[in-house]
Amino acid sequence: MIPALTIENLTKQYAGGFQALKGISLEVQHGDFFALLGPNGAGKSTTIGVICSLVSKTSGKVAVYGTDIDEDFAGAKKNIGIVPQEFNFNMFEQPFDIVVNQAGYYGMPKALASQRAEQYLRELGLWEKRHVPSRMLSGGMKRRLMIARALVHNPRLLILDEPTAGVDIEMRRSMWDFLQKLNREGTTIILTTHYLEEAEALCRNIAIINHGEIVENSSMRDLLRRLHREVFIFDAVDDLPDAVAIPEFGVRRIDERTLEVEVEKGQHINEVFAALSQSGIRISSMRNRANRLEEMFVRLVEGAK
Amino acid sequence: MSLQEQWVALVTILRKEVKRYLRIWTQTLLPSAITMSLYFVIFGSLIGSRIGDMGGFTYMQFVVPGLIMMAIVTNSYSNVVSSFFGSKFNHSVEELLVSPTPNYIILLGYVIGGVSRGLLVAVIVTLVSLFFTDLHIHSFTVVVVIVLMTSILFALAGFINAVYANNFDDISIIPTFVLTPLIYLGGVFYSMDLLPDFWATVSKLNPLVYVVNAFRYGVLGVSDVSLTVAFGMIAVFTVAAWCYSMHLLNTGKRLRQ
Repeated sequence: MIPALTIENLTKQYAGGFQALKGISLEVQHGDFFALLGPNGAGKSTTIGVICSLVSKTSGKVAVYGTDIDEDFAGAKKNIGIVPQEFNFNMFEQPFDIVVNQAGYYGMPKALASQRAEQYLRELGLWEKRHVPSRMLSGGMKRRLMIARALVHNPRLLILDEPTAGVDIEMRRSMWDFLQKLNREGTTIILTTHYLEEAEALCRNIAIINHGEIVENSSMRDLLRRLHREVFIFDAVDDLPDAVAIPEFGVRRIDERTLEVEVEKGQHINEVFAALSQSGIRISSMRNRANRLEEMFVRLVEGAK
Repeated sequence: MSLQEQWVALVTILRKEVKRYLRIWTQTLLPSAITMSLYFVIFGSLIGSRIGDMGGFTYMQFVVPGLIMMAIVTNSYSNVVSSFFGSKFNHSVEELLVSPTPNYIILLGYVIGGVSRGLLVAVIVTLVSLFFTDLHIHSFTVVVVIVLMTSILFALAGFINAVYANNFDDISIIPTFVLTPLIYLGGVFYSMDLLPDFWATVSKLNPLVYVVNAFRYGVLGVSDVSLTVAFGMIAVFTVAAWCYSMHLLNTGKRLRQ
């Protein structure tokens, strides 16, 4: 199967001499839901910019579904849908026109474009707002409009650069559902996000980029398996004693009803429950202190400093 | 992209452009009609009646072709410069850049958009001028060809300005400090015969002299310059502007990082 995206030794040096990408290589398989993560200024948006022709590369190769962008950029672009980080549509135009025009730029006849625009505007809950000037839409609606616009030509590869930034939780969840449905239907998705729980929930594979270099490229499962330590928060039903100790586990009493317990790789959380139970401590709920991916991300990025 | 897909893309850009300037017609179409009406009233009727004939025509008849051409030049230019710079400014130009639309279709779409506004304003100004004077076309072919060539040339010039512009000041500098003086000194209001030899020679360095005189020939049948030279100059400038605009698009200057 031809990979959805192949990047080989991609470099980008800006006019001022700043090297944004230092020879990154990456492969995203067809049907994948792929996370491209990294701190601000790491090179994520530059990479995406090169793929969709908004940034000129200095060297290296990029191919989308086997089509090299140097040989047939128009052919490669037909397979790409891009949802950029910043709003990049004319705020005076109406959502319906924005989506239909985008289809036109891909050579789609107006009748079909209108049909597709209706389909995606409906699916993304924007149909009622189709004739409202786009500047009147909320931030979340503007993000969804950019998704509808990116999908109108039915791209095989959808690239989302922080699509849920500034979107409320409810809307974010519904966007997750929509993107998962899209992925199940066969669209390959590359996602950049600062919400690491989003990447963990949605993506199967992950690359972490830092200072223009890929510092991690693996499956989400393998990456999380490498976490050696997790910290859990336990909420007690009754007030806790002043000192709580569980042999072989690091325990910290946060307040009268909250405990923090470190669980190393190889240890079992059942032992914590057993010890707490023996001490007469009843637990009402438990959660991770931090998102697991976040923990790993910070470790990788800080390790690269 | 197949030819049919390119055609769809071109029509899409053009439709968007026309829709844009029609939506803001009070800023794009109305001002020219009002400004030209004032020119007709002041220079044609009030002052013109005291000037007498020029080149064998009443002063009003003499200035009308130049004023129509002035409207075409300024509107073709300003449509493209404001629209393309606007799309750069709000980043909506990325909609086109990420699409497979070839660069020449993008350029053609914006240019035809500018030409269409130039032509629409020309029709409006011509209709207004009929309230003040009679117009008889001397050569319909010359009129059509010169109008098309001129509006294409200045639409391309507007595109180049838009690519280089960094802010809204930059898109008004050229029209204010270059285009307007060249138009006013391009023989819209006077015949070259009235100028001393030295200034008449200097005037021939002004490309607007050729544009205005070629159009005046098409309408009135008189011109201060050779028609062949006029067409030749405009054609050379148009080809050069097209090639340079394509170079800007192909290299992504000020459009791609």
